[in-house]
Amino acid sequence: MKYAYFPGCSLKGLGRAYEESLLPVLRHLGVEWQELDDWNCCGATAYMSVDENRAAVLASRNLALAEKNGSTDLLAPCSACYLVLNKLQHHVAEFPDLRSTVQTALQRAGLAYHGTVRVRHPLDILVHEIGLDVIREKVVRPLRGLKVAPYYGCQIVRPYATFDDAHQPTTMDRLLTTLGAEVVSYPLKTKCCGGSLTGTVPEAGLRLSYILLKEALRQGAHVLATVCPLCHFNLDAYHDEIERRWGPVRIPTVYFTQLMGLAFGLEPQQLGLHRNLVPFALPIETTPAA
Amino acid sequence: MQIQRTIKYEADRVRGFAEEIMSLAGCDRLKSCIQCGTCSGTCPLSIYMDYTPRQIMALVRADFKNEVLRSRTIWLCASCYACTVECPREIRITDIMYALKQRAIQEGVYPRRFPIPVLAHEFSNMARRYGRITETLLVMRLFLKSDWRALFRSWRMGLGLLRTGRFSLRRERIQRTRELEQMLDAVSDAPASSSTTLPVP
Amino acid sequence: MKPRPTPSPEPRIGFYVCHCGSNIADSVDCAEVARYVAGLPGVVIARDYKYMCSDPGQELIQQDIREHGLNRVVVASCSPLLHEATFRKAVSKAGLNPFLFQMVNIREHVSWVHKDRQAATAKARALARAAVERVRYHRPLQPVRVPIRAEALVIGGGIAGIHAALTLAEAGKRVILVERQPSIGGHMAQLDKTFPTLDCAACILTPKMSAVRAHPNITLWTYSEVTKVEGYVGNFTVTVRRKPRYVNENLCVGCKACVEACVFKDGRFPDEFNAGLSRRKPIYLPFPQATPQVVLIDPERCLNLKTGKCKKTCVEACDRNAIVFDQQPEVHEVQVGTIIVATGFKLFDPARIPQYGYGRYPNVFTTLEVERLVNSSGPTGGEIRLRDGRTPRSVGFVLCVGSRDHRTNPWCSRTCCMHSMKLALLIREHLDADVTIFYMDIRAPGKGYEEFYDRCLREGIQFVRGRVAEVTDWAMTPEEEGKLVVRVEDTLAGFVRRIPLDMVVLAVGKEPQPDAQELRRLLNLSCSAEGWFLERHPKLAPVSTFTDGIFLAGCCQGPKDIPDTVAQAGAAAAEALALMDRGHIEQEPNTAYVDADHCSGCKSCLPLCPYSAIQFDETRGKATINEALCKGCGTCVAACPSGSIHQNLFDDEQVFAEIEGVLSHA
Repeated sequence: MKYAYFPGCSLKGLGRAYEESLLPVLRHLGVEWQELDDWNCCGATAYMSVDENRAAVLASRNLALAEKNGSTDLLAPCSACYLVLNKLQHHVAEFPDLRSTVQTALQRAGLAYHGTVRVRHPLDILVHEIGLDVIREKVVRPLRGLKVAPYYGCQIVRPYATFDDAHQPTTMDRLLTTLGAEVVSYPLKTKCCGGSLTGTVPEAGLRLSYILLKEALRQGAHVLATVCPLCHFNLDAYHDEIERRWGPVRIPTVYFTQLMGLAFGLEPQQLGLHRNLVPFALPIETTPAA
Repeated sequence: MQIQRTIKYEADRVRGFAEEIMSLAGCDRLKSCIQCGTCSGTCPLSIYMDYTPRQIMALVRADFKNEVLRSRTIWLCASCYACTVECPREIRITDIMYALKQRAIQEGVYPRRFPIPVLAHEFSNMARRYGRITETLLVMRLFLKSDWRALFRSWRMGLGLLRTGRFSLRRERIQRTRELEQMLDAVSDAPASSSTTLPVP
Repeated sequence: MKPRPTPSPEPRIGFYVCHCGSNIADSVDCAEVARYVAGLPGVVIARDYKYMCSDPGQELIQQDIREHGLNRVVVASCSPLLHEATFRKAVSKAGLNPFLFQMVNIREHVSWVHKDRQAATAKARALARAAVERVRYHRPLQPVRVPIRAEALVIGGGIAGIHAALTLAEAGKRVILVERQPSIGGHMAQLDKTFPTLDCAACILTPKMSAVRAHPNITLWTYSEVTKVEGYVGNFTVTVRRKPRYVNENLCVGCKACVEACVFKDGRFPDEFNAGLSRRKPIYLPFPQATPQVVLIDPERCLNLKTGKCKKTCVEACDRNAIVFDQQPEVHEVQVGTIIVATGFKLFDPARIPQYGYGRYPNVFTTLEVERLVNSSGPTGGEIRLRDGRTPRSVGFVLCVGSRDHRTNPWCSRTCCMHSMKLALLIREHLDADVTIFYMDIRAPGKGYEEFYDRCLREGIQFVRGRVAEVTDWAMTPEEEGKLVVRVEDTLAGFVRRIPLDMVVLAVGKEPQPDAQELRRLLNLSCSAEGWFLERHPKLAPVSTFTDGIFLAGCCQGPKDIPDTVAQAGAAAAEALALMDRGHIEQEPNTAYVDADHCSGCKSCLPLCPYSAIQFDETRGKATINEALCKGCGTCVAACPSGSIHQNLFDDEQVFAEIEGVLSHA
């Protein structure tokens, strides 16, 4: 099956390392994808704050384009995109007024929406469709000795817990274990990183990120693994500010796909790891003996 | 010692506001709210809010539009959906917060250079015009329009992003911008003047 | 086989229209209706009167029957639900069969819903004519008399079942009490003290349990289940399966020498009575006051029963030879007249709410577990301890766990507020610990309950109004290290709080038993949308059901406390007694019957009957309907492809006559 790939604005911008690590990993596993032609911004949380109908229309264009291509599954790695598109599907199904607004608008562009495209997250596809057995076979450099705090964030488990539990998700934990890493117990795995508030109201937003970093350190993790470009940015790019306010909490954050890539034997440069502001390197024990 | 007299009269209520909010998609469950406080208890930002999420729900239900739209609460919501998932009445609290943000923006009820609505405006304008967001340009516009000094305070981060190749000033855009524009134009505006519009301050 | 109804050769119909004060007369010209009907064929007398249901009104009818030889009577007045019985009785007092009477509703159906006097009167005329045409086809009928056996079955041996059984037994009725667990006592036996008096639960319950055991009129079958129920009110045939204890109940005296001697030196398996907080051996006495005081052997855990390889030290130790390893289940069939269902409830499983950490954090308990801890015959001898043995210094109670929540159970479980306050008080007395109760509301409606709440407040128990969002072991401050932290909005104070606690107690709610659906199908009972067994009327008939002869008592009908349970059990026993003492019931003869001559034996009707009233006579190849079970719903009548099923009081001829009457009125 060929997935329609929806990167979202962040994966082409500040979060490009996510795409840079996701695509080689997919390739390595023999997964086929095609970037959705002329995809547009999903609107994230910002557009919804201004106008919910237009926000819905904006997001729906992507699903309509995917439908037109004959795709059945749309891969959306960014948590915000994943949520917005899923929410759109639920809302359009549930609220007839919204449905007609969206359909009317799409018609202007010669598009239509029938809800036939499933919005998927890479974790879902990797663990539930490719399967951990296949992934295990591809591991040539088990991440032994690497302690990872699995950080899911909010929007892939709430409010639609489609592929994992909303309170105690385990897909990433199991995936990381399959890569040979040691997953530390992380009670804050689904707590909010602060989202866009880290930039607008740093006193509140940054503190949420600070708490995540602090607890990961306290649990003995070497690194946090994340699924969302905004979470990654908050946990990686604000260290100076966070440490200035509340004290030292230096711990790197990477995308889970980057860890997969390393375990598959790919080089850090190939996976965008050089783009981290807080540098990450595997502990000595995990480099292959021969 | 500064003291303040706080008493609310019926005239402070804006009749119809509760109904207006509750008539939005999926928000009518607010009627079942028993003020249990689970939303506030689970909200990571509630400790920074002037009114807790639970209080906002009570205020909305009682038609206290002024207090709600002027609160800091609605802007501090990070849309983490914890409240929505934990609510024993399955009230879509996050969606109500979005609705309140929309109303506040529509009526211009917020301090002029307040970054959050500024971000929302800039984001939606850029999305509308180009179909995609160029994060760096967005952030620059945000700071220029809210607090330009913050731009300079973040010079270190900016440098780091440049060094690691994440800082791109190239405009991201879709090809069929016209198509998107037509689609968005097809959406009719909410009624310009409703019975609950506040007078412009 | 009954003859098909033909019109009465000489109908002498008496017609009466009631003014009902001004209730009917304001919209309908009653005199005019009477005049109209007087002119119809077969009508001998037509009157209008102010209050037909009054004594003079009834006497009017009776007099006319005697003086004018009436053989049919029609009254046009209010709803049959109100006065059909009144008029039928009046008519039968005058010597006429009460089913030769027909009632017409010109109040609820006409005067209360129409304003136009002309139109209303016209409609009243039409309905009156319809009734007059119909009543020609009425035949005398006898109400079906169903005898009621004087034996009762009580299903469930908790406090509800015990009280019901004792009440019935004391009234001289034979009772069979069937209990699924090896001992009676139910949930109440697990309690330490009861609110609001703090009476010792065992002290007030065990005398009743002994009384049940000793009562000559009660047959106590524990470790047994009802597997089949057939029959109908007054004549139920119930099959009860007694599970093997592998111990002879008549020989065992509960000395527990066998338990002592068991090859398992210590208890190894979760003890159900102590909510899994202690361990028992495969051979055990459920609890010290178990009734009957007989041990039993768990076949899943006993070495001998599972593998056949055991020294059987228990057999050696028993000087009464009471252990019987080859004991078989016993199946009994009993005949009873009434059944009382008292099967109780199940507690909500808090693992379904992962945010509260039950099962993940060792020191999160349920109220039942704490109840066992507090009890002196419990797993810790009455010492309240955390799972690692430490004594808690701070305890928090989380209320409404699983209840009042649209995602789990929307209802309020009624007793958890009081239960939690009681435990809070006991903990404070035992330990002098800091106790906080996190609540949305405090529900204390019973007698002495509000005063109990006040007592708790005066004892220094902290009450925080806020539904707990999360119980976590993640510490934010040094004082939180090593503790469970509750994050909650103190809604009364208006801010969010984090409160560290040694012990968190979840006030879990009540739910219907997991096999409630199977049981109700066995008994043909209805249940509410939530799964509680359905009472006949929520206000006026809380213990009877839609299945005649079956009554409800206790929490199986809905969550309630012990006083209400006992009251309801008494009520159920009383209603069962009323039936059994009367010795018979009379059922409305609106039953269906099969015209055997026309029945083709297709059996289409059999599966349709919701009351299982239709049987098939294989030898004759015809369907037959049990009058006592038939409720006159009419389904089989409508479905029969050959039209051979008819219904008394709703025969085709009667209905068609009504229709014609309406259509042909002037």
